[in-house]
Amino acid sequence: MTETTSKRRLTIARAMSEAIAQEMERDPDVLVMGEDVAKLGGVFSTTTGLLDRFGPDRVRDTPISETAFIGAAVGLAAAGMRPVVELMFVDFFGVCMDPIYNLAAKQNYFSGGQIQCPMVLMTSVGGGYGDGGQHSQCLYASFAHLPGMKVVIPSNAHDAKGLMTAAIADPNPVIFMFHKSLQGVGWLGTVLGAITDVPEARYEVPIGKASVVHEGTDVTVVGLGLTVHHALDAAKQVAGRGVSIEVIDLRTVAPLDRETIRASVRKTGRLIVVDDDYLSFGVTGEVIASVCEDRSITLRAAPARIAHPDIPIPFTPVMEHFVLPSSAKVVAAIEDMMEAGHD
Amino acid sequence: MTPDREDRLWMYRIMYLSRQFEERIKPAYFEGKQPMFNMAKGPIPGEMHLSEGQEPCAVGVCAHLRADDWVTAPHRPHHIAIAKGVDLRAMAAEIFGKKAGLSGGRGGHMHLFDVRVNFSCSGIIAQGMGPAAGAALAAKLRGSDQVAVAFIGEGAANQGAFHETLNLAAVWNLPCLFVIEDNSYGISVAKRDSTAIPSNAARAAAYGMPGIAVADNDPDAVYRAAGEAIARARAGGGPSLIEIETTRLEGHFMGDVEGYRPEGEVAALKVRDPLIVYRERLLSDGFDAAELDDSERSAVADVDDAFAFARETPLPDAVEAFDHVFA
Repeated sequence: MTETTSKRRLTIARAMSEAIAQEMERDPDVLVMGEDVAKLGGVFSTTTGLLDRFGPDRVRDTPISETAFIGAAVGLAAAGMRPVVELMFVDFFGVCMDPIYNLAAKQNYFSGGQIQCPMVLMTSVGGGYGDGGQHSQCLYASFAHLPGMKVVIPSNAHDAKGLMTAAIADPNPVIFMFHKSLQGVGWLGTVLGAITDVPEARYEVPIGKASVVHEGTDVTVVGLGLTVHHALDAAKQVAGRGVSIEVIDLRTVAPLDRETIRASVRKTGRLIVVDDDYLSFGVTGEVIASVCEDRSITLRAAPARIAHPDIPIPFTPVMEHFVLPSSAKVVAAIEDMMEAGHD
Repeated sequence: MTPDREDRLWMYRIMYLSRQFEERIKPAYFEGKQPMFNMAKGPIPGEMHLSEGQEPCAVGVCAHLRADDWVTAPHRPHHIAIAKGVDLRAMAAEIFGKKAGLSGGRGGHMHLFDVRVNFSCSGIIAQGMGPAAGAALAAKLRGSDQVAVAFIGEGAANQGAFHETLNLAAVWNLPCLFVIEDNSYGISVAKRDSTAIPSNAARAAAYGMPGIAVADNDPDAVYRAAGEAIARARAGGGPSLIEIETTRLEGHFMGDVEGYRPEGEVAALKVRDPLIVYRERLLSDGFDAAELDDSERSAVADVDDAFAFARETPLPDAVEAFDHVFA
């Protein structure tokens, strides 16, 4: 990248609101709806400043009626608008899944391509701050499992802006997940690696493309959102011991960039997947299957996965941090895999 | 707002057209399903929800709509689609799962979409309401005088989406009309056993919008009520709710044995078949029998043409299932 503008370090929250503002500036059909997105600027600061700039017609506080306003977003999109709607916590999808997976995700298909559904559903994910099991889930796989929607999750502010810009431009429904531990809001701790330089000018990060964020030769570690940072920390820790880790940031869960993953594992022969969503039937299994079903890849060790176990997310920190993925768990998995390789 | 002669003739013709369309579906649907009924068999597999008896609801409302107005319909959509002007050939072809169908066979009879007339369907109860509110918001933001109409059944009035969307449409003063076709049954459960009050129109008061109850499955009465509500919506006066007392002359789906109906109910309803009642009324109001016969003949010709097309036109290639998942 050859950026000539001066470097600006932004949080994911700032990067998201900047991307939305730029798209609203460019395209009068873009509007924002959701709970507390107007005067408050979003509980997770995703829409800060938008009400003042674009007014209440295009930045709309909704009643606490997710079924109605996400359904309305589908109708807006059918009419050629580009709604960006916020589902405050992904955990709330239980009250409004029908307009998401039966309406938005199927509109283009059921109409044989006559009626598209260009909408963005942005939603917060992730725990680790003691908010209990109805405000801490990730549910990447729950959405990625259902065809007709794209699912993205940035690990840093640069990707957050580019993915949001791409999501708004996309003619399909895009579930834009943002991780609370990376978001950069004042009342939640933030992983510093998520705060990055963000170009001021408009740019897109392509949906459906993973990124190799750290090159290495011994083990491929695949992560998404927060777990990318666990993987990067682990890579640093084992580098001193002569183990070279390649870290892949999925960035998009659906459609999954299987080729980037396969290319890396073809080189390393070892694969660890780290996910803070539930373990079974999830991202970790899908990534591993994508590698195992490619006959051109020979694995040097059985693949490993680290994820939240198949239990509700517990409240008390002693339990929550015990079950969540961490860089220490990634380091342990790497060591275990390298030892297995030397048997 | 009273229907003039031309409106009434149009309503009669469209009611007749819809009825003929569904009468033509019946034998086609049972092809391959006799003597043993198996929903998967025949040229039209899957559930088939006929709207016979409910035609007045569709024509009385759609008589006021333009091609660029929006309509969302539920799982029982044929009469509404036909009244909204959905392409009859493409609709028939869709029901037969053909390549030339509205979605090339990907949707089926519960998922009819026609962008030419801003028509869409959802097979999930009450879930067409949110999209109608959204289309209405788009019209309002663009300064257009388009309106959006969501058709639902009376069973949908007990869904969360119903209450959420009425509130949203009211608080945003959207150019919307919500039409409840009260055919007395949600599949097998009678309205009186599922709904706390006799008239869902009364529920409009909870959202500060007009609620109008239309009795007797009467196309002219629907026309009057819908005309006022749609004119109000176009003029910026906000949403309305209409509940129409109608009749379901068939089962919930074809093959429904309807053991939940009291004995003699269907026979009694058929005496009040809106097509018979309306034809008689038009005749007594001075319409010429020959004129109505002409309407019927032209409707039959349209249905002949649509079904001939649907039968002849080819099936899609199976691999086309993979098209249009994404735009």
